[in-house]
Amino acid sequence: MNKQPFTSRIHLPILITGAVFLVVIMPTLNACGYITNFTLGNWGKYLCYGILAISIDLLWGYTGLLCLGQALFFTLGGYMMGMHLMRMIGGDTVPTFLSMVGRTEWPSFFTPFTSFPFALLMIILVPGILAYVFGFLAFRSRIKGVYFSILTQALTYGAALLFFRNELLMGGNNGFTDFRTLLGHDLRTASTQRGLYIATAVLLVAVVAGCKWLTNSRFGLIQRAIRDSENRVLFSGYSTMNYKLFVFVISGIVASLAGALFVPQVGIINPSEMTTEKSLEAVVWVALGGRGTLVGPVIGAITVNAAKSWASSGATADFWPLLLGGAFVLVVLFMPKGIVGLPAQIQAVIQKLKRREESEVPTPPQKPEIKPTPDPSATEA
Amino acid sequence: MEQIISPLHDNQKPFLLAAEGLTRSFDGFKAINDLNFYLDEGELRTVIGPNGAGKTTFLDLITGRTKPDVGSLKWDDGKHDLLKMNEYEIYRLGIGRKFQTPTVYNDHTVYENLVLSLAGSRGIWHSLFGKITSDQKDRIADILKIIKLTDSAYRKAGILAHGQKQWLEIGMLLAQEARLLLVDEPAAGMTDEETYRTGELLLSLAGKHTIIVIEHDMTFVRQISQGRKVTVLHQGHVLCEGPVDKVQSDERVIEVYLGRKSKAA
Repeated sequence: MNKQPFTSRIHLPILITGAVFLVVIMPTLNACGYITNFTLGNWGKYLCYGILAISIDLLWGYTGLLCLGQALFFTLGGYMMGMHLMRMIGGDTVPTFLSMVGRTEWPSFFTPFTSFPFALLMIILVPGILAYVFGFLAFRSRIKGVYFSILTQALTYGAALLFFRNELLMGGNNGFTDFRTLLGHDLRTASTQRGLYIATAVLLVAVVAGCKWLTNSRFGLIQRAIRDSENRVLFSGYSTMNYKLFVFVISGIVASLAGALFVPQVGIINPSEMTTEKSLEAVVWVALGGRGTLVGPVIGAITVNAAKSWASSGATADFWPLLLGGAFVLVVLFMPKGIVGLPAQIQAVIQKLKRREESEVPTPPQKPEIKPTPDPSATEA
Repeated sequence: MEQIISPLHDNQKPFLLAAEGLTRSFDGFKAINDLNFYLDEGELRTVIGPNGAGKTTFLDLITGRTKPDVGSLKWDDGKHDLLKMNEYEIYRLGIGRKFQTPTVYNDHTVYENLVLSLAGSRGIWHSLFGKITSDQKDRIADILKIIKLTDSAYRKAGILAHGQKQWLEIGMLLAQEARLLLVDEPAAGMTDEETYRTGELLLSLAGKHTIIVIEHDMTFVRQISQGRKVTVLHQGHVLCEGPVDKVQSDERVIEVYLGRKSKAA
């Protein structure tokens, strides 16, 4: 009997090269002055989005659960980090968002966030518990497919409305900003930002490695079985609810960690990050990059966001949403496996052409197969 | 464990499965109507009946896919009340099901399909850290041989022929080491030769497992029943039970089912 029952699509050497490039080479080039602080800062942001995209793919591509609420978990992590950063500003007066509603002292729930370990614990626990409770209720009632998507969207919308309120004492629509230090390091220096970038890159590599292990285990088999035929899995004796709940919680925590690293790098967190558009945009990154793979979502997130920074300034700014929407439509129509599926797709087309040439004369004409050639412009934008 | 002996149970050996007074209606139509059904351990029981007789609904009730309006459904001499359990809990008692249309994991390889069906823990922890033992690998190799899919072990199940999918699904029941195999129309869509081989396979499993086979094909039913008890369902109710010859000569059966097929041999 042969081994190797579990297939993996990612080639390890490419993965390791990518990891070394992101974790070691990029920051070294920055320290030596070959990459500007601005560029590295942008990449830190892209990588946070890449982690968010993986958390979506873990649910959508691997388990068949299209969650439109990942921006919520991302933002919650950001807010937990923001609370810690706000407490680190110091000074005698309370921030404006508190004085505005007549408070002269910090609300008591901010106090423990002075401790970084506590903040870190909350970054994991708050989204984890929210995902557990929400997932438990949704999966126990066997809410599936589009109903699950709508429900997660509603949850995100509700949470955003809540965070927009000044009375929540979480900064209202301005959110938290003007951060100074993190763990004693000045956030405005290049070295701190480089450190944050490295932390993000390391987290990304860890998340990819962890998800690769997860999806290659028997758990991964069950995950994909649930995606393809949930009823059959139930009749194979698995409690699909527990499995879905586990993935949902893990993915919520991963998104939250990404959000927590995002906030000190961009220097602000407010409820506009929590909207359903943000969740939908992240879903587009996953679709563009290639869902059901681990590097696909990261490539999608980086490509789209890099294109966005480039296109949303200057003359093309007004067309950005159109470009993104157009790219999404093209990918759905012509590249079902996204950017990472493109090489295989091109290969298949070439082989088909070759076969057609060979069988030009001797065999009777086969059924004409209408297969659109992949549009390379779809990968850009 | 406490034993609940049903009143209809008269001192024979304990029933593996006992259904009493089951009724299940869909929008007023009684798919199952006051059904009583008893099954001994080790039996190979064939259930026949015209379309709409409630055969598949009966399996749905046993496997927890749907719940009856009234009635009782007891497992293993009344030790377990199946009506209080959900799909995967019932499966874990050792009740496995092959669906009418082959239901395998199309995007998984044949090997992976069997791995997912292997008897053993169904917990998340085990799925993450549990290794496939060499015994289990041997077991899978045996099953692949039995279902004649050794050469296709690493192909995706989705590209298998219809008959092969049927066999794979039976193989999944074997991997599960189910006590009771519920086999819904195993011969559907198969060639005569495949049908015959499927019959042989089921016969070779009889005794080791308890089996309920639902089938339309009377040649097939004759092949596998071999004097064993056959149950005829009609309008959700047991019309009669007995060896296939007796059943086929029963006036009522001829009228509702066999007569229409003019196959009363």
